[in-house]
Amino acid sequence: MTADSGVSRAEYCIVACAEVFRGDGEVMASAFGTAPAVGARLARLTFAPDLVLTDGDAALVDGAPALGAPTSTLVLESHMPYRKVFDVVWSGRRNLIMMASQIDRTGNQNISAIGDWSRPKAQLVGVRGAPGNTVNHTTSYWVPNHSTRSFVEHVDVVSGVGYARAREAGPAATRFHEIRRVVSNLGVFDFETPERSMRVRSVHPGVTLGEIAEATGFDLVVPDDVPETRAPTLEELDLIRDVLDPRGLRDREVKQ
Amino acid sequence: MADKRLSLDELVGELHSGMTIGIGGWGSRRKPMAAVRAILRSDLTDLTVVSYGGPDVGLLCAAGKVAKVVFGFVTLDSIPTDPHFKVARQTGAVESMEVDEGMFYLGLLAASQRVPFLPTRAGLGSDVLRVNPTLRTVVSPYDDGEELVAMPALRLDAAIVHVNRADAHGSGQILGPDPFFDELFLGAADRRFMTTERLIETDRFATEGALQTMCISRLLTDGVVETPGGAHFTACVPDYRRDEAFQKEYVTAAGDGDAWTEFSRRYLDVDEADYQAATATPSGEVSK
Repeated sequence: MTADSGVSRAEYCIVACAEVFRGDGEVMASAFGTAPAVGARLARLTFAPDLVLTDGDAALVDGAPALGAPTSTLVLESHMPYRKVFDVVWSGRRNLIMMASQIDRTGNQNISAIGDWSRPKAQLVGVRGAPGNTVNHTTSYWVPNHSTRSFVEHVDVVSGVGYARAREAGPAATRFHEIRRVVSNLGVFDFETPERSMRVRSVHPGVTLGEIAEATGFDLVVPDDVPETRAPTLEELDLIRDVLDPRGLRDREVKQ
Repeated sequence: MADKRLSLDELVGELHSGMTIGIGGWGSRRKPMAAVRAILRSDLTDLTVVSYGGPDVGLLCAAGKVAKVVFGFVTLDSIPTDPHFKVARQTGAVESMEVDEGMFYLGLLAASQRVPFLPTRAGLGSDVLRVNPTLRTVVSPYDDGEELVAMPALRLDAAIVHVNRADAHGSGQILGPDPFFDELFLGAADRRFMTTERLIETDRFATEGALQTMCISRLLTDGVVETPGGAHFTACVPDYRRDEAFQKEYVTAAGDGDAWTEFSRRYLDVDEADYQAATATPSGEVSK
């Protein structure tokens, strides 16, 4: 049973992000951005009950608190300071959705700088943990503003490592490498092609393949039959609206 | 036992131009800002700053103290980037070594353990290796033969961290949820300094927090300075949260020459006591 009517674009994005965590069992979910944060919690409350969530600070939490829930209301289950986060990253028991200022055809991601690294046009936050994350555990990306500025032929500074670059770097880089999905405000993408180049996995209802192609700076692989992104079930919709994001933060990140 | 107490000026007096200085904390959290402000007032220059970067990096860049930054990110947490660091990078004012934040950790750990490097997958395939041409890989000597990044030791001439409580002998207590990498900054450095919200007698640590909060041993420190409000405007929980309003004021002022001159006059060209007075609320209660 689904609830197709009245489902917002942001809610489709949340479900698409939740699906990233399906089937992984007991791994630490880290999710940056509103749709990924709600999505990970939604997965935890429904089809991925063993998923391990963090409080966004230095602890693991039981259950799935609402976005912005006061710290005093959280049930903490374990200490997870940054130094231990790296133990988890390097053990591979983590599934992450990061943001991407730029992403390209083979899944390279950039959050470091726009332009020439040595003297950038725009300095961004820095590579952060992206290089290590991508060669150690499953990583996906969330891009709430799909455009030719974010989906580019080649990223300016390879922060998160895509398939071609991992292959070039050798078996130590490919051994635990998986770029599972890219979720944008227009659709869902993966790399399940022989060349490991980006493919349209589903389009969000109301979006056409033509719109996606126009907003993308390279040629996507488009299968003959591209499904629509799955709608939330009634249960999922209630959880999103009443439990996880009662203040509607999701609609500030993705309009419509 | 040695009495390691210093004043801020004595701490800065131990530093020299051209040094590589590690700064503890993470982003806009538990940064030794009083010490950073003291460096801003000094004639130190040409520093290499090694930091999980926050406003410490931005302020030092803005004051022309920095030759090179070693970083994995520079962020104000609630505001994604630091405006002064952006300008420093975009104008080519500083040299950079940008590495994955886990590589950074291993660089400090290698320096602490006095080994030349530690192996890691982090960095493989990324532009971290392209933009740092001196980084090398190493092939496992065992049967797997894996080729990994050899993260070099990040040896520091000096390190400065800020903790909630400390004693005169240089033991430190971190009462917040995350000790970050402060122990490793100290372990990686030749001269090791710790500023603290409050100096207490050693026998008071146990009433302040559990044994695990007493995480900086005096084996790791040479000097300790009491600087109440010394992490302001970054977070220093549970003593105070980040001063978001002041951080916004900092960012806004940074984007405008006149406003920055005024900001500097009010908050930076003054000693620490006047800074604390200028950032306190009118009632006298510290707005942190």
